[in-house]
Amino acid sequence: MSGPSLMDSLFQRTLEDLIKGLRQQLIGEQAFISKALEEIRKEIKSTDLSTKSTALLKLSYLSSLHFHDMSFATFHALEVLSSPRFSHKRIAYHAISISFHDSTPVLLLITNHLRKDLSSTNEFEVSLSLQCLSRIANVDLARDLTPEIFTLLSSNKLYVRKKAVAVVLRVFEKYPESVRVCFKRLVENLENSDPQVLSAVVGVFCELASKDPISYLPLAPEFYKILVDSKNNWVLIKVLKIFAKLAPLEPRLAKRVVEPICDHMRRTGAKSLVFECVRTVVTSLIENDSAVRLAVGKVREFLVDEDPNLKYLGLQALSIVAPKHLWAVSENKEFVIKSLSDADPNIKIESLRLVMALVSEHNVAEISRVLVNYALKSDPDFCNEILGSILSTCSRNVYEIIVDFDWYVSLLGEMSRIPHCQKGEEIENQLIDIGMRVKDVRPELVCVSRDLLIDPALLGNSFLHRLLSAAAWVSGEYVEYSRNPLELMEALLQPRTSLLPPSITAIYIQSAFKVLVFCLLTYLMQRGSTASSMFPDNLPSAVSASVSYESFDDLSVENVVDATDTHGPTCTSASITNESIVNLLNLVELALGPLLGSHDVEIQERARNVLGFVDLTKLDLLNSSVQEENDSERKGAEASKTIELMHGAFSKELGPVSSSAQGKICLPDGLMLKENLGDLEMICGDIDQPSSNSFSFGSPYEEKGGVSFSNLQIKENSRQSNESTSLLAEHRKRHGLYYLPSGKSEMISNDYPPANDPMLLGNINDNADDLVKLTEESLTPKRKPNHAKPRPVVVKLDEVDEKPESKEDSLSGAVHDVLFGSEDIVPTSSQSNLSDMPSSKRKGKEKQHTDSHVESKENLVDHGNPSSRRRKHHSHGKERRHRSPRKKNAEERKDNGQKLKEKSSHRHGMHKSGQRAEEPFNFSVQTPVIPDFLL
Amino acid sequence: MIHFVLLISRQGKVRLTKWYSTYTQKERTKVIRELSGVILTRGPKLCNFVEWRGFKVVYKRYASLYFCMCIDQDDNELEILEIIHHYVEILDRYFGSVCELDLIFNFHKAYYILDEILIAGELQESSKKTVARLIAAQDSLVETAKEQASSISNIIAQATK
Repeated sequence: MSGPSLMDSLFQRTLEDLIKGLRQQLIGEQAFISKALEEIRKEIKSTDLSTKSTALLKLSYLSSLHFHDMSFATFHALEVLSSPRFSHKRIAYHAISISFHDSTPVLLLITNHLRKDLSSTNEFEVSLSLQCLSRIANVDLARDLTPEIFTLLSSNKLYVRKKAVAVVLRVFEKYPESVRVCFKRLVENLENSDPQVLSAVVGVFCELASKDPISYLPLAPEFYKILVDSKNNWVLIKVLKIFAKLAPLEPRLAKRVVEPICDHMRRTGAKSLVFECVRTVVTSLIENDSAVRLAVGKVREFLVDEDPNLKYLGLQALSIVAPKHLWAVSENKEFVIKSLSDADPNIKIESLRLVMALVSEHNVAEISRVLVNYALKSDPDFCNEILGSILSTCSRNVYEIIVDFDWYVSLLGEMSRIPHCQKGEEIENQLIDIGMRVKDVRPELVCVSRDLLIDPALLGNSFLHRLLSAAAWVSGEYVEYSRNPLELMEALLQPRTSLLPPSITAIYIQSAFKVLVFCLLTYLMQRGSTASSMFPDNLPSAVSASVSYESFDDLSVENVVDATDTHGPTCTSASITNESIVNLLNLVELALGPLLGSHDVEIQERARNVLGFVDLTKLDLLNSSVQEENDSERKGAEASKTIELMHGAFSKELGPVSSSAQGKICLPDGLMLKENLGDLEMICGDIDQPSSNSFSFGSPYEEKGGVSFSNLQIKENSRQSNESTSLLAEHRKRHGLYYLPSGKSEMISNDYPPANDPMLLGNINDNADDLVKLTEESLTPKRKPNHAKPRPVVVKLDEVDEKPESKEDSLSGAVHDVLFGSEDIVPTSSQSNLSDMPSSKRKGKEKQHTDSHVESKENLVDHGNPSSRRRKHHSHGKERRHRSPRKKNAEERKDNGQKLKEKSSHRHGMHKSGQRAEEPFNFSVQTPVIPDFLL
Repeated sequence: MIHFVLLISRQGKVRLTKWYSTYTQKERTKVIRELSGVILTRGPKLCNFVEWRGFKVVYKRYASLYFCMCIDQDDNELEILEIIHHYVEILDRYFGSVCELDLIFNFHKAYYILDEILIAGELQESSKKTVARLIAAQDSLVETAKEQASSISNIIAQATK
């Protein structure tokens, strides 16, 4: 196809025409755009550069505002770029900077264009190419253009120089080796008198230091000078940011900068600078009390200000300061609480965070009460925000701040009834977690669960389904504390449970199973007791008598006795009659019968289990009820044996498992855990993946059902997980509770008070005050061992996790190399040994800390003299710095200035020839920089 | 650093996008959709900061246009507000009491001005006068070139080549 004709060029739509046309299209905008794109595709092939550039301009308009793909035009953009005209170049650069990315194929071709423009005499052309480079630079571009950037860093056109400085950041990031070339010039620019250049350099260092502050510690003197001398707020803000990063690394530096920062805070009228000072103090100078007081004073000014921005920032500053200086928050408590009802959701959330910071063991009940009431009144989002933060605060460090668990469990119940509540999942986890960890709270927990289960309205809220599954599990697992298991049964089998997702229905069925077994057992015992002893009032003894009469194995006997003992004579057994059992069994058959045809395997299987069990026992039980008592003893024996057996299976207690339990399991021989499974993925392809996933992970619900079903299954789980530790690690973290207790966690669960604890006696006595006291007494020692043990292990895990993260990237390695000298780096193969950098760097750091004091003195003598080589800036700076002892400062400046020169020449030498001979010298010169400055 | 700059009208139309960090075209549309949902629904007299995906978005409304900049968590919000204002003032000076239409029809010029104020996500020029001078100088460069290019003889020469 040939290019457009003359007429096309003459009557080409301009950008303005395009925009006007677009604005007139009320409907059919898309059609108009695609027509325009069609035109552009034609025009952009034109040989006329004007036509081409107009087309490109239109295209970049459509791309940047209407997000149309313009990748087809990348080559044409390059063509326009080669135009000698500035207007064309400008359009081309703009198009390139919005459309090019690292994998653009023609990126290779742009290098020469950029190089030409970077060395152009027209400063605007240089500027355009720098702008563009700052956006599109990749490793190759950064490497190839480093020499040009290096030249521009000392350009005498400030306009160009400041841009070059800004671009350096991107170049360093992409090609760390360029640090060796450019870093020295960059540092020199710190002394530039032009505010824009200075601002650019400080900006670059601010970004660099935020990634790896420790490498820039040696530059602290330069930054300090800027902090004291500069009058430019833009620059000061950036310098403060740098110090916020550096100060925590070097306590002496922190001491030095406090004064000037406080000065700025007092003097300046610019709110942005005040805020930056405040933030620097509260994040990094938190040890300095007077500075913190001053900052908090400023924060208060922010808080009472009309401007919502300042209010918000004030609250934010408070939340930074809160962990170390809680007084700052308590002083402003009224304001914080008032902000909870602010119109701005951001301010509300910020103040909520602060309120949660105030929570302690003593006031948690009070604050939670207030907040829950407040949540009832507020909008759904904020309501959930409140609930979420209550949940996370209360569960922090294994419920550290909770003393009265009965209260907390009822609070959980209350929270789930708030209409907007969407925190079902979190509450679910906590209900189960508390049930396992805190034995004494179980009666209350069952009571709360019952209230939740029995309310048909809750079943309609899909956010609460998971919570209901927890309630169902709890009431099944701890059914012996229930006041009325029959009622529980009805709740579990109510018709509206059909609204639940299958995985949760399965849990319901399983819980119903447990409750059913319990009911039947109680019924049997009740009957046995009336038969053997004629004193119905004296139930417990009767139960044990009947049990021993039937001579079951010891374990189950004890369990039965426990169960009946704990809830005492007031409970259930009296209320279970023949009739109710018959009703119960009918109810089960009625409710579960239809589920036999369910499509969900889990439901089907469980329903069948329960019905099978009912079939086994029903006949015996019903017959026996009609016949003579003595006769039924014999006939019912088989049924009761089955029931006892099932009860025995369910009554084993589940305990919490520490997240590190997996580590205790030793690997079987010949199991390759670290083998690369990349090939497998390729083989399996897309279709297989989801199914294999669901197999290895299992859905959380299934897991849960499995646990309650039998311990055997859990064992299998943990064996499986053994095979794919890494895959399951995360799952374990989330569902750690459901895993098999390893040796250690068994120890933990042994820490529970024995069954016949004074606590239980107190329960029987029903003396409320004693109870509270006893709970506190029994809770505090119990909670401690409960989590004191896993915690150290967890910390250890964290360390392992962090190690790879703390590995420095190659950029900071290179920077460090330039700044600290390269004591143990082989310069010739710098690229390849970059990976070794962190270790060598750490070594260097240590060395510096230990040796510097000794060495610094010698160095001052050795190298402090040649002051003639100093530049003017240095002496200027020295004059201004009245705060420190002059003599020392002068010495140190000298030292520093000279060092830079020596370093640079040295560095060049190193870079080119790769000598190693001078390294020790280099090292000893550079290390004392900071200590000298600070002492 | 500033990750991107957006200008969104009250109706949710995008007037300018400038990306200093790498985003694919798909991510760009997603970001804009998400943010305009958050920002345009916020009432007046609320604070100008929104937390978003671990970043902060500072926005300010001028007439019918929202100027938004996305920054890191520990950047200075007030400073960014000042940068936004700085940009608006320069636009105002350049177009002579700027309105949304100016930016619609001169979308490229709005970019060029922004490029003189920010580079690589950092402020590069805090003087309004300097920016105005630089833009004027570049415009005159373009103008002279255009005059040459648009003369009829030039077109004919091009066409008959």
